[in-house]
Amino acid sequence: MPLSLDDITRVANLACIEISETEAATALTQLSGIFGLIEQMQAVDTSAIAPMSHAQDVVQRLRDDTVTESDHRELFQSIAPKTEAGLYLVPKVIE
Amino acid sequence: MLNSSLKQLSALLATKKISSVELTGEFLKRVQALNPNYNAFITVDENMSLAQAQAADAMLASGQAHPLTGIPIAQKDIFCTKGWLTTCGSKMLSNFVSPYDAGVIERFNAAGAVNIGKTNMDEFAMGSSNETSFYGPVKNPWDITAVPGGSSGGSACAVAARMAPAATGTDTGGSIRQPAALCGISGIKPTYGLVSRYGMIAFASSLDQGGPMAKSAEDLALMLNVMAGFDTRDSTSLQRAPEDYARDLARPLQGLRIGLPKEYFVEGMSADVARAVEAAIGEYRKLGAEIVEVSLPNTKLSIPVYYVLAPAEASSNLSRFDGVRYGHRAPEYVDLNDMYQKSRAQGFGAEVKRRILIGTYVLSHGYYDAYYIQAQKLRRLIAQDFAAAFAQCDIIMGPTTPTVAFALGEKSSNPVQMYLSDTYTIATNLAGLPGMSIPAGFGDNNRPVGLHLIGNYFAEAQMLNVAYQYQQVTDWHIRMPDKLIA
Repeated sequence: MPLSLDDITRVANLACIEISETEAATALTQLSGIFGLIEQMQAVDTSAIAPMSHAQDVVQRLRDDTVTESDHRELFQSIAPKTEAGLYLVPKVIE
Repeated sequence: MLNSSLKQLSALLATKKISSVELTGEFLKRVQALNPNYNAFITVDENMSLAQAQAADAMLASGQAHPLTGIPIAQKDIFCTKGWLTTCGSKMLSNFVSPYDAGVIERFNAAGAVNIGKTNMDEFAMGSSNETSFYGPVKNPWDITAVPGGSSGGSACAVAARMAPAATGTDTGGSIRQPAALCGISGIKPTYGLVSRYGMIAFASSLDQGGPMAKSAEDLALMLNVMAGFDTRDSTSLQRAPEDYARDLARPLQGLRIGLPKEYFVEGMSADVARAVEAAIGEYRKLGAEIVEVSLPNTKLSIPVYYVLAPAEASSNLSRFDGVRYGHRAPEYVDLNDMYQKSRAQGFGAEVKRRILIGTYVLSHGYYDAYYIQAQKLRRLIAQDFAAAFAQCDIIMGPTTPTVAFALGEKSSNPVQMYLSDTYTIATNLAGLPGMSIPAGFGDNNRPVGLHLIGNYFAEAQMLNVAYQYQQVTDWHIRMPDKLIA
C-alpha cells in the first residue's frame, strides 16, 4: 500500500517531531523510495520461520537487589536545560 | 614515527626513546595542521590530552605499563567521555559534556592510553559517507573530493592521514568496515557482545558493536585486547574468559578454507574492486589457502531487513532525546508537547528524522507483523545462511564495498543509493558475526579497496591471523596518502 501524506504527519506526531508541509512532502517521496526497497521482503514465505530478535541466545542476567549507584544529582543536573531546587523544569502540564 | 605500528611506539615509550607527552605532542601538531581541511575531529583538547600523557609517563616510569600506555588513540564521538563534549555528530548533543565514561573509555583509561580527540561521524551513526554530521563532512585523505565513508569516517580519516596511530569505531551495518575500506586502513567489528555498549550512544541496540580501527591486523589485536571484555552494565555483554587476540598472528595459513559467496561475485561489484579482490584471493592461494565456493542465498534481503530493524530500534532508542534532562531544548514553545516536538525537530538532522519516521511507521499498529516481524524472520534466514556456509569453510571473503570511495555530494540526496553502499557488510551485523576490512590495493582514481573477511562467532583471533599473514606479504596497509593538504 503506497504511503500518503497523512501517514507521514501521523507518524511524525507519534514520534514527537514537528514537521512542516514542505518537509512532509519531501519525506513522502524519500520514504516511498525506501519502502520500495523494503517491500522486497514480502516476496518470501516465512510462515514456518520463528522471528530472530537477537544475535546471541542469552538470558537476562539477574543481580542482587542492592544499591550500586551513588548520588550524582548535581553533576547530572549541571548539564540539564532547566532545573530548579534539584528538579527538572518543564512547561506546566496540570492547570 | 607517524607510520609506526603500536608495537613499535610501545617499544619507543618503554625504552624512554620518547615520552608520551612528546609523542602526543607530535600527533597533536599533525591534527592542528590537517584537521582544518579534513574535519576528522569534532573536539580536540590539548590540555586534557597532555594531562593524560603526563599520567601515562608516570605509569611508564613506575614500571606498570600496559602495551598501549602512553599511546594516543582517537575516540569516536559516540563514546561518552567524562569531561569531554560528546556530540554523536548531532546538534541534539552539541552541548553535552558527558558526566561519565563509557565502558570502552574506562578500559582505555585503565590501560593508560591517551585520548587525542573525539572523531567526527555521521549523526547518531546513521550514514555511510559522514555527510550527515552536524559538524560537516569528513574528507577522504586519499582524495579530498571523495567521502571517507561512514559512520566512523572521522576515525578512519584520522588513522589514514596519520593524525592518530589508532582509533575506535562502532559498526551497526558496516560503520567500521566501510570507512576503513574507503580510507585504506584496517578495522574489525567483533562478534556482537564482546565489546561493552555501556556509554556507547545507542542507534540499533541488537546490531551496534564497538571495535578498533588501525593500520594493521597486529595493531587491531592490541586494541581489541583492551576493548573487549565483560561489562555488567551492558545487558547483552557476553561473559567469557579474556583472550589474547594476538596469540595466533604468526600461524601459517596452510589448509585454511576460504569461502567465496557466489552471490557476491555476480553483480553490483565494480570492475576495479573485483580486480583488487581477485588479486588478494590470489595471494591467499600462494599462502596455502584453499578456495571454496559457498552460497549466501538471502544476501539480497539484508538491506531491506536492516532498513526495517535498525530504524525500528533507533526510533525507540532516540525517544530519550526530549530536551528535558540534557541535550538541545528549543528556545521557544507553548506547552510540553510543543517543547518535545520543536526540540526534536531542531535537534535532529534530516537522515535521523527519516529513520525515526520509518521506525515509528513499521512499529505502528497494523504494520508491525508485515514489517517488523517479517524482518525478524528473514534475519533468521540470513543467519542460517552463514551457519551453512561455515560448515564448508573457515572464513568468508569478498569486497567490503561495491565501489571505491564516491564523490562528496554524489549520493547525499538519494537515501536508497546511499543505503546500497553497505550491501556486503550489513548481513554480518544481522547475524551478529565478526567482520573485518583490510586494505587490498587501489581502484579507480587511486582510491583504496577493502577486502572483507567474515568469521564465525568468536573467531576474531583467527581473522586477525588471516589478515596478518596477508599483511606480511603485501604493503597496502603501510601506504600513506601522499597528497595531504595541510
